[in-house]
Amino acid sequence: MATDTGELTGVRIDKLTRRFGDHVVLDRVDLQIAPGEFVALLGRSGSGKSTLLRALAGLDYDVAGDGELRIPDRVSVVFQDSRLLPWRRVLDNVILGLRAPNPRERGAEALAEVGLAGRERAWPTELSGGEQQRVALARSLVGEPELLLADEPFGALDALTRIRMHGLLRALCKRHQPAVLLVTHDVDEAVQLADRIVVLDGGRIAVDIRPGLPDSRTPRDPGFQEVRELLLRALGVTS
Amino acid sequence: MATETFSVATRPRSPVPAVRRARRRLGPGRPLPYGRLLGPALLLALWAAASASGLLDPRKLSAPWAVARTTADMISTGVLQEHVLTSLTRATAGFLIGITAGLALAVIAGISRIGEALIDGPMKIKLAIPTIGLIPLLILWLGIGELFKIVIIAVAVAVYMYIQVYAGLVGIDKRYVELAEVQGYRRSEFLRHVVLPGVLPQFFVGLRLSLTASWLVLITVEQINALSGVGYMMEQAQQYAQTDVILVGLAVYGIFGFLSDALVRVTERRVLSWRRTLAS
Repeated sequence: MATDTGELTGVRIDKLTRRFGDHVVLDRVDLQIAPGEFVALLGRSGSGKSTLLRALAGLDYDVAGDGELRIPDRVSVVFQDSRLLPWRRVLDNVILGLRAPNPRERGAEALAEVGLAGRERAWPTELSGGEQQRVALARSLVGEPELLLADEPFGALDALTRIRMHGLLRALCKRHQPAVLLVTHDVDEAVQLADRIVVLDGGRIAVDIRPGLPDSRTPRDPGFQEVRELLLRALGVTS
Repeated sequence: MATETFSVATRPRSPVPAVRRARRRLGPGRPLPYGRLLGPALLLALWAAASASGLLDPRKLSAPWAVARTTADMISTGVLQEHVLTSLTRATAGFLIGITAGLALAVIAGISRIGEALIDGPMKIKLAIPTIGLIPLLILWLGIGELFKIVIIAVAVAVYMYIQVYAGLVGIDKRYVELAEVQGYRRSEFLRHVVLPGVLPQFFVGLRLSLTASWLVLITVEQINALSGVGYMMEQAQQYAQTDVILVGLAVYGIFGFLSDALVRVTERRVLSWRRTLAS
């Protein structure tokens, strides 16, 4: 979305600090995400990646800390669980909270985009785990967000479904062009999906790379392997 | 397969039986058709047999046909209807007032911290005190008229309703609250589409407990202190050793208890239709 200066708004994080008691989870983190940029955030568990995402989502009201955040107006979040209201039908889940003309048509379009046309009146519990997560994707994209935050969105899915979801997410992001921050602990997923990969370690950014891989990338590419090695080393997995 | 490679070297053992026995089931198996009616039917048959053979003293327990005859008599004279109507009026009034009060208190305690601080403690204390224990105090305050009976039913109902609905409100899944925040639901949307459906299952539990409580308290107060109603009718029958009338009263309670519970269950199934997909 254009601002007063005619610029697209991205994300700007300045010296963001978050503490739980004496434990510093985020230690003066600086990060900028350009409009439309797809960033994967990697880190071991406890590295602060979810804390960073929750700060951007505005879900950390009780957490101590300081720093500056500049985020776009329209932000949406995909959680690890699909988080669909079980008592609302699929389409109603997608459009609840949507402020736009013709919400039902837009909701149906969003469902068609994720391959669930015709399932508008289904109950969430009638869908498989992968389908539920696709509904969640439709819900997060129906409002045309400028920033999409995804907290391990495929973590609870089986391997085959996950591969399919990777392709879907990339296609959707190409079309809608939100800035994306994808939190994941899966190195392959990060390399597969993101334009830029950030590794968080001990509350600080340890690696920040743009691999520059082609759009159609596979783990067999030498470039893919190289990035993968580098990231695994940064995460302390290989010696 | 491994057994084939070894069969050359080992001597053939006794042949494996061609048909393996079905595995023994340890669960209770399939339910009997109309199985639930079997127990009551057997009880009724035993009762009839004992009465007919003279084993059962009619002063202890009247015969089934005597109870049926008494019921017909009481209906034709209009006595039974009068008592039933009086009891139903009391139960309904107390129930409705109690439901409203319990709901209101639960909502106040559930959505405001001050309300919680002021209301929740007293309600938990009340839960620990059986409602019937309040009878002496309430009689001193309100006398022994209709007001006393309705108030004591309402008190019992309100507590059950409060406990369930408050628990439902406090137990609203935090994940859905987060979702409502990031999706930018308005407060009205949040209350209508997240809080209300989240509380409804507990509300129905409260409703059913409240029904039971209202019948229980009704019977008690009518037997202690009343000049009309089913409980009074049974109390009088005890004075004159009319076991048939006592049984008519019990049957009335049973029928209304069953009907009211069935009504709530049917409503619950309609309102919570989204849950059926989970059960199926």
